[in-house]
Order: sequence, then structure tokens, then C-alpha cells
Amino acid sequence: MPAKSKLYRKEMIYGYLFLAPPVIGMLLFTLYPMLYSIYGSFTDWDGLGQMNFIGLDNYKDLFSDELFHKAMFNTFFMMIGIPIGLVLALLLAMGLNRGIPGTTAFRVIYYVPVISSLAAISILWQWAYNGDYGLVNQFLDLFGIKGPNWLANKHTVKPAIMIMAIWKGLGYSMLLYLAALQSVSRSYYEAAELDGANGFQTFRAITWPMVKPVTFFIVVTSIIGGSQIFTEINIMTSTGGPEYSSASAVFYMWQKAFGNFQLGYSSAMAVLLALFIFIVTLVQFKLNEKSSGDLD
Amino acid sequence: MVLSSRKWSAANILIFILLCIGAVFMIAPLLWMVSTSFKTKMEVFALPPVWIPEEWLTAKYSEIWTAGPLLSGIKNSVIVAVSVTLIGTFTSSLAAFALAKLQVPHKNKIFLMLLSSIMIPYPAVMIPQFIMFSNVGWNDSLLPLIVPGLFGNVFMIFFLRQYLTSVPNAIIEAAKIDGSSYFGIYAKIVFPLIKPAVAAQLILWFMGVWNDYLAPTIYLTSEENYTLQLVIGNFNAMYAIQTDYPLIMAASVISLLPMLIVFLVFQKQIIESVAISAVKG
Repeated sequence: MPAKSKLYRKEMIYGYLFLAPPVIGMLLFTLYPMLYSIYGSFTDWDGLGQMNFIGLDNYKDLFSDELFHKAMFNTFFMMIGIPIGLVLALLLAMGLNRGIPGTTAFRVIYYVPVISSLAAISILWQWAYNGDYGLVNQFLDLFGIKGPNWLANKHTVKPAIMIMAIWKGLGYSMLLYLAALQSVSRSYYEAAELDGANGFQTFRAITWPMVKPVTFFIVVTSIIGGSQIFTEINIMTSTGGPEYSSASAVFYMWQKAFGNFQLGYSSAMAVLLALFIFIVTLVQFKLNEKSSGDLD
Repeated sequence: MVLSSRKWSAANILIFILLCIGAVFMIAPLLWMVSTSFKTKMEVFALPPVWIPEEWLTAKYSEIWTAGPLLSGIKNSVIVAVSVTLIGTFTSSLAAFALAKLQVPHKNKIFLMLLSSIMIPYPAVMIPQFIMFSNVGWNDSLLPLIVPGLFGNVFMIFFLRQYLTSVPNAIIEAAKIDGSSYFGIYAKIVFPLIKPAVAAQLILWFMGVWNDYLAPTIYLTSEENYTLQLVIGNFNAMYAIQTDYPLIMAASVISLLPMLIVFLVFQKQIIESVAISAVKG
């Protein structure tokens, strides 16, 4: 026994040694700053002077801050693109799952925007959205439509960024759907065919339920990603768009923190963002438990 | 798959055409970017649009190197992405090995704790992180972009731990009896076995670091320290006023090229490992 426990002790020590870096990293660069954000959100932190406790003042100010409301509204508005992208991605994946020649090539082409840097893509689309010479309006011109100056118009700037985000993310969702579709056993479809089910019935009874976990995964990760949208906004509309109509929550927070050095105030936004994502994740867990229960 | 006998049914032909139209929409903006980078200013503002320039001007591709710190941007991005992914992969895979194969008390609790830290988004911690790094004088250097990554990546730990469950315990037990050290087991047995998964995860991580934009905007103030993404962002801000779109597009093409090449070379591995993440996630 002593020999064994010595071995066990050694294994334990090495185990902790191997686990130490990510644990230390998490404590130092995630947990500690998160707690500090929470603490800072209750102060008038400006990075220079003393941090004075001011209670809920930052949160109260946010509540009546019109720019913050706008930024929140814009952020959620742009999430309308999520279901649109989802439907397109599923249709695409179903099209690619039929064994049509060229599937690999299509997969690669649709995936290229995903691997491209968001900064470069934003620059490209900013140019494509140019009112007079941009690709988008020249395309619309083929159909006799006079397109707006997309990014300079407060009504079109959000849909414009949304369309770009759909274009960029489509390949990713498609790939996830395709993987899910390929894992569905052929026998389900053969049975449905024998039963004389039509395409729509097959979709409703087999395909949709089978890809539901992936749909769920995409929705949740897109909401989490969408709530942090920043790069597109910063590059395409460096001032937050006409009448601040494209500024996102993180964009506003970034401006307040690193432009105005209202660190306490932006920490309050940081806390709200973390809270939002925490709730979304929690809902995901709860629903996931429920739906996996349904299947069994 | 099975439909080979009716590969070219009417429905499939229709779908094929739709997929082609979709592919055109996906690729056209990128081709537009490439074509613009070779155009004259006249052609850029021509109506109707010019897709194929009269003459493929390569002048902008030599001009970009002096028009902004493009070369140092590439260098900085390489430094950040290589050091983060190489060292981070090492620490991540060691941790995954400990979590999957070693008897460590409370390891599941530790794993859960690491996993739950994924929930905390970067913007929520960026302000205190910024102050932390300012206090140690790392502002306007690459260190704040590098150091946090060296401690590992929870996503990678998650996937490698998952992957390691397929490695039989008996191999590791046998090596222990043979008197191998724990690091020896990792280096000689575990790592070679999980190499494909490590490679795929490393590529995905590399792409993420390479394309990062928010963190560099916070830390880097002098141009010579900019990463590539900041450099082209700056190109865009500076030269759009002069409507020098060929120049901007040429710089953007250069910034896309490395990842595009990586993707085309490793597309099979990348696509597979992304697909796995969905099924497992």
C-alpha cells in the first residue's frame, strides 16, 4: 500500500502541475478582471484618480442614457439576421447533402468568408455599400432599383451590416447543419419514403427534429456573438453611424472606456453584457436538458 | 450519397443551379475586391462597373508596403499568433491529458470551473485587463495580446480531453509500470496519438488570433506595433478619404491571403474539426 500511495501522490502532483497554467490563466485573466469589473461598476473609476463608491449610480445613469438605449436597440435589431441566416444555412446544407457533384467545391466556396478576417471583410463591404459606385447598388441597378447610400442612411445601415454578417457566417452554420444531416441514418428517410411521405412531411418529421440540437447551438452561439458585435461597426461606421444608428453595445462601451475613460460607467455595461450572456447560457442548459429528455 | 442513380434528376439540376447562384453571391464580393486592387482610379468609378481591368496594374501591390506599416503588421501578427498557438497548445494539451488520463482529485470540478469561464465574454473583462497590463507597463506592446493565450485555451482543452477518451487507459498504465515519467508519457505516447486533433484545433485558434481586432485596438497605439488587422483598418480610414480604393483593396487582399492559403491547404481538416465541434457541442 505505501508504494501505491506514493505513486498516487506523484500522479496527483503532476496532474496539478499540468493543470496549473489554464487554471492560473483563468483566475488571472478572466475571474479576477470579471470581479474587478463588477466592483468597478459601483464606482466612479476613471483610471487615474481614486475609485469612489457611488452605489448604483452608473446603472441608474445607463437607465436614462439615450445613447446606451440606442446601442442596445441596434445590437438586438441586428440579431434579426440570425433566423434568416439559419434558414438559408439549412436550405444550403440540405442542397449539399444530396450527393450532387461539386459538393466539396461548394463547401469550400461558401466557407471562404468564414475564414476571412472580419476587418478585411468589413472594409470590402464598406466599399461594396458605397452609394454611387458600390457593388451592391450596381447590382440593384440591373433591376432598375436605385439603392441608397447604405452606410450613411440611418434606416439602411443596420440591415446593411446584418446582410454582411449573414454572408460571412453562412458557411459556418451550413457546415454544422451538413454534419448533422450526414449523421442522420438513411434508414429513416427510406422508411418515410416507403410510407409515402412527401418532401415536406419528411422534413417536418425527420430532418427538422434531427438537426434541432444544431439549430439550438447556432442560435445560442449567434446570440452570444451578436451581443458582442464590434469590429464591423468600428470599421464600417467609425463614429457609430448616422445619428448613432449602428453603434452596438460593445462599441459604446469601448468608446466610453477608451475614449472618455469613464471606466466605472463602461464597467456597468460590461457587467450587464456578462449577465445577459450568463442568462442565455443558462437558458440553453435548461432547454437542452429538457429537449434531450424529450428524445429518450 | 445513395442517390447516385438519379444524380441528375430534375430536382437536383435545379438545386445545382441554385447552389451555383449562391456560390456567385458568396464569391463575387471577394473577386470584386481582387479586381478593384488591379484597377485604375478611373475604372474604379466607371459606370457600368468594370469587372476585368483593361490592364492589370500591379502598382498598388508595390505601393502598399510604403503606404503604411504593412510589413511590420504582418510581422507582429505572426509573432502574436505563433507564440500564442504554439505555447498555448502545449499547455492546453498537457492540461487535457491530466483531465482525461491522470488521477487528480477534484479534476472534474476543475474542468467545470474552466468550462464555465468560457461564459465570460472578452468585453466584460477587457477594462480591468487593460488597467492590469498598463500597470506593468505593457501598454502599446504585443505582450497583452500574447501572455493570456500562453496559459491555454479552454475550447482546445475541451476538445482534446474529449478526443483523449478514445485513447485506451491500458497504454498509459503500461507506460507507468514501465517507469515512464508523466511528462514522458505525454510527449512519447499521448501527444503523437492526438496530433491530428491538436493540429486542427491549432489551425482554428491561429485563425482566431490572426483575425482578432478588438484587443489590438485597445492596446496598440503606435503604428509600428500594429497587428495586420489594425494596419489595414488604418489603411481604410486614411485612404478612403482620398478614394484610393485600389490601394485599400490591395492591402486587404494581402491580409486575407495567408489565411486563405492555410484554409485551402488544410480545408479537409478544418472543415472536419468544425463539424465535430457541432456534433459534440
